[in-house]
Amino acid sequence: MTPRSTMKERASAALRDEFLRRAVKTTTDKLFLGRRLAQQSYEDWERLRDRGRAIRAHVIDNLDFYLGRLTDRVRANGGQVHLCREAADVVRVVTEIAARRGARSVIKSKSMVSEEVRLNRALEEIGVRAVETDLGEYIVQLAGEMPSHIIGPAIHKNRQQIAELFSREAGRPVAPDTESLAAFARRRLREEFLRADIGITGCNFAVAETGSVCLFTNEGNGRMVTSLPPVHIAVMGMERIVPTLEDLEVMMHLLPRSGTGQKLTSYVTIVSGPRREGESDGPEEFHLVIVDNGRSRLLRDPRFREALYCIRCGACLNVCPVYRQIGGHAYGWVYPGPIGAVITPLLQDDLDRWGDLPFASTLCAACSEACPVKIPLHDLLVRHRARYVAAGKAGMAERAAFRAFRRVFGAAKKYKVAVGAAEKLLRLWVRDGHMAPRVPGLKGWTDSRDFPALARRRFRDLWPELEKESPGQKGGKAHG
Amino acid sequence: MTSTYPAPFILSNIYDKIKSTLQREEWEAARGTAVLRVSLFVTCLVDACFPEVGVSAVRLLRRLGVEVDFPPEQTCCGQPAFNAGFHREAGAVAQVWLESFADSDYIVTPSGSCAGMIRHGYGELWAGTSPVGSLAKELSEKTYELSQFLVEILGVRDLGARFPAKAVYHPSCHATRLLGIGDAPLILLRRVRGLELVDLPFAEECCGFGGTFSVKFGEVSGAIATDKARNVMGTGADVLVGTDMGCLMNIGGRLRRLGSPIRVLHLAQLLEEGLA
Repeated sequence: MTPRSTMKERASAALRDEFLRRAVKTTTDKLFLGRRLAQQSYEDWERLRDRGRAIRAHVIDNLDFYLGRLTDRVRANGGQVHLCREAADVVRVVTEIAARRGARSVIKSKSMVSEEVRLNRALEEIGVRAVETDLGEYIVQLAGEMPSHIIGPAIHKNRQQIAELFSREAGRPVAPDTESLAAFARRRLREEFLRADIGITGCNFAVAETGSVCLFTNEGNGRMVTSLPPVHIAVMGMERIVPTLEDLEVMMHLLPRSGTGQKLTSYVTIVSGPRREGESDGPEEFHLVIVDNGRSRLLRDPRFREALYCIRCGACLNVCPVYRQIGGHAYGWVYPGPIGAVITPLLQDDLDRWGDLPFASTLCAACSEACPVKIPLHDLLVRHRARYVAAGKAGMAERAAFRAFRRVFGAAKKYKVAVGAAEKLLRLWVRDGHMAPRVPGLKGWTDSRDFPALARRRFRDLWPELEKESPGQKGGKAHG
Repeated sequence: MTSTYPAPFILSNIYDKIKSTLQREEWEAARGTAVLRVSLFVTCLVDACFPEVGVSAVRLLRRLGVEVDFPPEQTCCGQPAFNAGFHREAGAVAQVWLESFADSDYIVTPSGSCAGMIRHGYGELWAGTSPVGSLAKELSEKTYELSQFLVEILGVRDLGARFPAKAVYHPSCHATRLLGIGDAPLILLRRVRGLELVDLPFAEECCGFGGTFSVKFGEVSGAIATDKARNVMGTGADVLVGTDMGCLMNIGGRLRRLGSPIRVLHLAQLLEEGLA
């Protein structure tokens, strides 16, 4: 997968990987059904969604205020706050802490933002080993890949492939059964937990009122990473705030039910600063790294601002017919699926390289329907397409085609003449009521599907006869 | 925290029921004095490729005592350009649509997707405050997909049709998600004599059409269509029925390529054939 490949090329490559497609479909099916059951088990899911959306909208509309409040509370709790505009700023802040502490080993629990800024690579460059401790992230790290799903980073891998990765790491064969694999990871990661100088986590939500960082995990690794090493660094996207603990409760219902179909994740960890006097555990230092990295571009643009409401549950991926065929890597960066196609072009601010992502959608709106905070993702995808076209990025042939569309469909008279002429011309390719494959411009369709011939008489040509029929007349000449 | 929630679900359901009853009563009152007049928006796809669907729709509506006209200046709602990002072009074509239907009482179309464009997409295209925007808003509120119109406005459930076959119904994404027609097509289909309606696995998953997507990302689109076609074939049905010719052309095109003999019919065709 070359970095300069197009979405279409990456999608085609993914389609040829039968294993990947099976694995992605099995897992997304499971998550999809789980979500449905979990939502049905909540008394009033729709109203919960509305409430979640209202909370997110309120925070995004008043983000400056809540960032200020969060910063004040974290500092009052004895933590340090670092505001980072660019990816490079995050890297600088974290590597400086690592250098000051003389750190050699870092353990991490899941953080998509750290993938955005490629933090692991930056740490390795200064000689610090970073080890992922979320099982899925650990597998992806050993494979040298990116996560392919927001909440299931390694859903594209099977047990056999994982056993091969673990065996290479262990220097001895690890059996490909779940128990052996989990036992190896547990033993291996335990050593890392005990040795680490710094723990780095993501942040599902930061609570402004209390200056807390909240993590939803299922493996307990989040708790280890935040309590064992002497330093805890939490990296968060700047929009990831809820005002109060009460609001957090709404998210505690929404996120797991939408993501994994759980009523609650196995662990919910709320960290409010470093160890205080008289406390027996917790880190000596707590750092909150608040990351912009392109988010203010979304905040500034009313067309796309709603994308910041996202709580990163991954529900839109699981229902997306495109994602379900090609998996996450085809989207080319950190965030896949519908939400990835919406935020990547803006976070990366590069239309030439990422502007084709929003076109990889059928606009079926399954994403908008699944979104727990009701982001109208399909509308945002269309707005992206309009932005791309307005920037003059559409191909020449397509531009010409839609200029013609405007002329032909812009007046019934022209339409009648043009469609009539097209029908006569296309008769050359008609076989048995359908177009022969390889009609110019239709290859993408006819490679896998038949395309119907245009009708010899259009509805508008049949209308004068049809108009004269008496109501209830059975059958009639007007039928084609 | 639960105590701060507004009224529970059940009340809003009752509210919806009252609303739809009121709508129906309004219509019933109107029917007493005058015949209901409907303008058919046939859609460009049905006009050019599947005119028989439009014919069936007109005959169905007339049987129910509705007066149908066909505004001759209509072409397309503009959705192909809109979804492709060509909003200037979409706006120009959509304006022709608005002019064509400016005087209509009701606008009925045999496509949930095109109705969805008018009801939802026009709001994206124009803000409601401009003169065009307010006309678009006014007309969009009078626009219905055919089965939605039959069930919600005419209050029809049983058309008295007979169609002995085993059928599957594909719920089209724009009809259900953008337009919210709900179970309207199923309400009509369940009452067709002799019709055995079987469940389609993953029914709510898109067929992969997506307008220009089907050509731009032809391989992905084809792969999604393959899944849909296989699910349809797996039911052992003789007939595939739906509310949108775009989706049906896509699934049907894949079925035909796979050599399947399954008949693909628009809901209007099935109902009208069942009445003939």
